[in-house]
Amino acid sequence: MAKATSEKTASPEYPLTTTAVIAPIVGWIIPGAGHIYLKRYVRGILLLISVFAMFFIGLGMNGRIYKPNGGDILDILGFVGDVGAGGLYFLARIMDWGNAMAANAAADYGKTFIIVAGLLNFIAAADAHHIALGKKP
Amino acid sequence: MTFTLTHFSAAVVFALFTSIVFGITQKNTTREQIRYGAYCFAMFVGGVFVAGWAMWLIRR
Repeated sequence: MAKATSEKTASPEYPLTTTAVIAPIVGWIIPGAGHIYLKRYVRGILLLISVFAMFFIGLGMNGRIYKPNGGDILDILGFVGDVGAGGLYFLARIMDWGNAMAANAAADYGKTFIIVAGLLNFIAAADAHHIALGKKP
Repeated sequence: MTFTLTHFSAAVVFALFTSIVFGITQKNTTREQIRYGAYCFAMFVGGVFVAGWAMWLIRR
């Protein structure tokens, strides 16, 4: 009995593998790439299109990109959402996109689109992690 | 490039891409993913209509 319990503790049901670490990181940096890395090509391409479209539509609507030193708690939360887009966020910062202040409803929607693109990418990266672990087909 | 979407078109675009991600990430089989994605899209767009009519009633 004691031996069976120790064996169960020693070998977790879903052991953490290198792939399970790499896939979500790759998926975070390039949206959808985690799924493509795991050979889920259709899912990966659909995720890539969705996150890219949300992010660039948001920028096209003059959405604002949050910076890490916003000060205000809402600015910090906005930054956490934005940074979820991974490489797209860093590209936007390097290219100095998303500096326009929200002056109309469309720009406010744009800001929301960019934040949600990042949050959706976090979900996609977590999904890639679950696939790599074997929790999900 | 700058463009402006109407409130409704912005909501539909938002619903479309969000539903795709929800469908892929929240369900296991392809059939379940399509069904859940369509369900989320319908709920998002249905919510827009409900909110729109609610605001119309409040304005009266």
